[in-house]
Amino acid sequence: MELNTLTAHNLADLLKKGDISPIDICNNIIDKIEKTENKLCALAHFDKEKALERCGNLDKAAEKNLLWGIPFFIKDNICVKDELTTCSSRILKNFKPPYNATVIGKLTDLGAVLMGKTNMDEFAFGSSTETSCYGPTRNPWDTERIPGGSSGGSAAAVAGDEAIFALGSDTGGSIRQPASLCGVVGLKPTYGRVSRYGLIAFASSLDQIGPITKDVEDAAILLKAISGHDEMDSTSADVLVPDYLSGMKKSVKGLKIGVPKEYFIEGMDKEVKDSLKIAIDKLEKLGAVCEDMSLPHTEYAVSVYYLVATAEASSNLARFDGVQYGLRADNVKSMMDMYKKTRKEGFGDEAKRRIILGTFALSSGYYDAYYAKALKVRTLIKTDFDEAFQKFDAIVTPTSPTAAFKIGEKTRDPLTMYLSDIFTISANLAGIPGISIPCGFTKNNLPIGLQILGKPFDEEMILRIAYNYEQNTDWHKRKPKL
Amino acid sequence: MAINKDTVKYTANLARIELSDEELDQFTGQLDRILAYVDKLDTLKADDLKPTSHVLKMKNVYREDVVKSSLSASDAIKNAPLAENNLFKVPKIIDIEA
Repeated sequence: MELNTLTAHNLADLLKKGDISPIDICNNIIDKIEKTENKLCALAHFDKEKALERCGNLDKAAEKNLLWGIPFFIKDNICVKDELTTCSSRILKNFKPPYNATVIGKLTDLGAVLMGKTNMDEFAFGSSTETSCYGPTRNPWDTERIPGGSSGGSAAAVAGDEAIFALGSDTGGSIRQPASLCGVVGLKPTYGRVSRYGLIAFASSLDQIGPITKDVEDAAILLKAISGHDEMDSTSADVLVPDYLSGMKKSVKGLKIGVPKEYFIEGMDKEVKDSLKIAIDKLEKLGAVCEDMSLPHTEYAVSVYYLVATAEASSNLARFDGVQYGLRADNVKSMMDMYKKTRKEGFGDEAKRRIILGTFALSSGYYDAYYAKALKVRTLIKTDFDEAFQKFDAIVTPTSPTAAFKIGEKTRDPLTMYLSDIFTISANLAGIPGISIPCGFTKNNLPIGLQILGKPFDEEMILRIAYNYEQNTDWHKRKPKL
Repeated sequence: MAINKDTVKYTANLARIELSDEELDQFTGQLDRILAYVDKLDTLKADDLKPTSHVLKMKNVYREDVVKSSLSASDAIKNAPLAENNLFKVPKIIDIEA
């Protein structure tokens, strides 16, 4: 059996019965990686000997946990003690953190087996995983196309069955958009739900860690495993983590779901629009009440996001200066020369562009017109959602206006690339949870994603709608031919 | 134009990034297009709105001030490009003529 193609909960059943061992799963994963990784470039760092060793050293005492013996990958911006963590950037090329991210400890304590790191856009700056210093990751459904980004390596690895599940990070859609484009499930939790201790910061008011999985049940298992307050991250919220597995199985009968008209725009793919209509019909057949509504400030979200996110990034990335870790340029004349040359050599184009844009938005003379204004408009975007959730239990939209685009198609024009995040960005600005699940395919056999947005800390509701939809459709069972 | 070459050059210097002439040309054009796009925010009246810098209702988070173990100096310095005696080593900062 090809164990690498199964979900974590399927594997947990087989492990429990004693039909397979963790080493069997690990070996299947390794075989698959050896077969397809040269086509996908989904991984940033992978050491099979180490993976096998970890598998052999599993603590039997943790065996009762659902994730015991299940291998997983994480995005290369999440710290693992004494192992390369580079954000797919030259400036961190040799960086080995002296500590583990909180999510790593949570998963390994449950007996999940860390396999390695996945490729990403440099510092998560991108929507296509083309800005990585390791080269672009490719979409398993069509290797001439991008997998989405910035967690494109995580999504491609899961979709291509090189991974059972993976963790990503989502600042403006970086979990949901690649999940959509690769035909898998991606969940961005509420801001504050998951500890970010050990996540290398991009935009601190927006970043969240979340799972990319093969089905909704795995997403529920993973969310439960990584959620919760952590004293090491003062922005992690002390809010009860419910039992998502039982909550998601409740029916959707009578639930009120909003369909915002601003998410069905001119210029979006007709096939995406049509798939969404069919998905909404399906939800109605299952008993939900779907109703057209409006989130009036949606059109300002991309502008607000690219000012707020780059401003925060310019500040967060000031730490990469050649002093404490990472690259330092050779032959420098002075301290200032060292800073400038190190950052010139270490950062790729998109990182430089975003740092300069963010610095500009924060700089004297421009602060009020750009950064301060963006924070005020952010209030309007958040208020749109606050008001909508007084009436609706959830909101459904397309995850992305198009299916996966071609490699190189949008790299020359950053603004066009930024606009591909148009449907995912608002959730980060408002801090609300969102999930993307497969809801169809284009005639070229490219996946289309359905996004479900919920109230703050109500992941249970979006998992419930996602689970009910998934149980009544077959999209998630399709596999790419690699 | 929302931004010109001189401003990009000035801003890159604030961000401590050296740019080649080619990058300066390319970034100026791209940033100008991005800023022209975000100018749509000016069509909104936002003066009286409260800014949202983050979405959580929390303000300051306090904890007891207790002594705990932390990284050792040698661990903290392990990734330094250049170090000496458990200290980060950098180029000379202050140049004093003898």
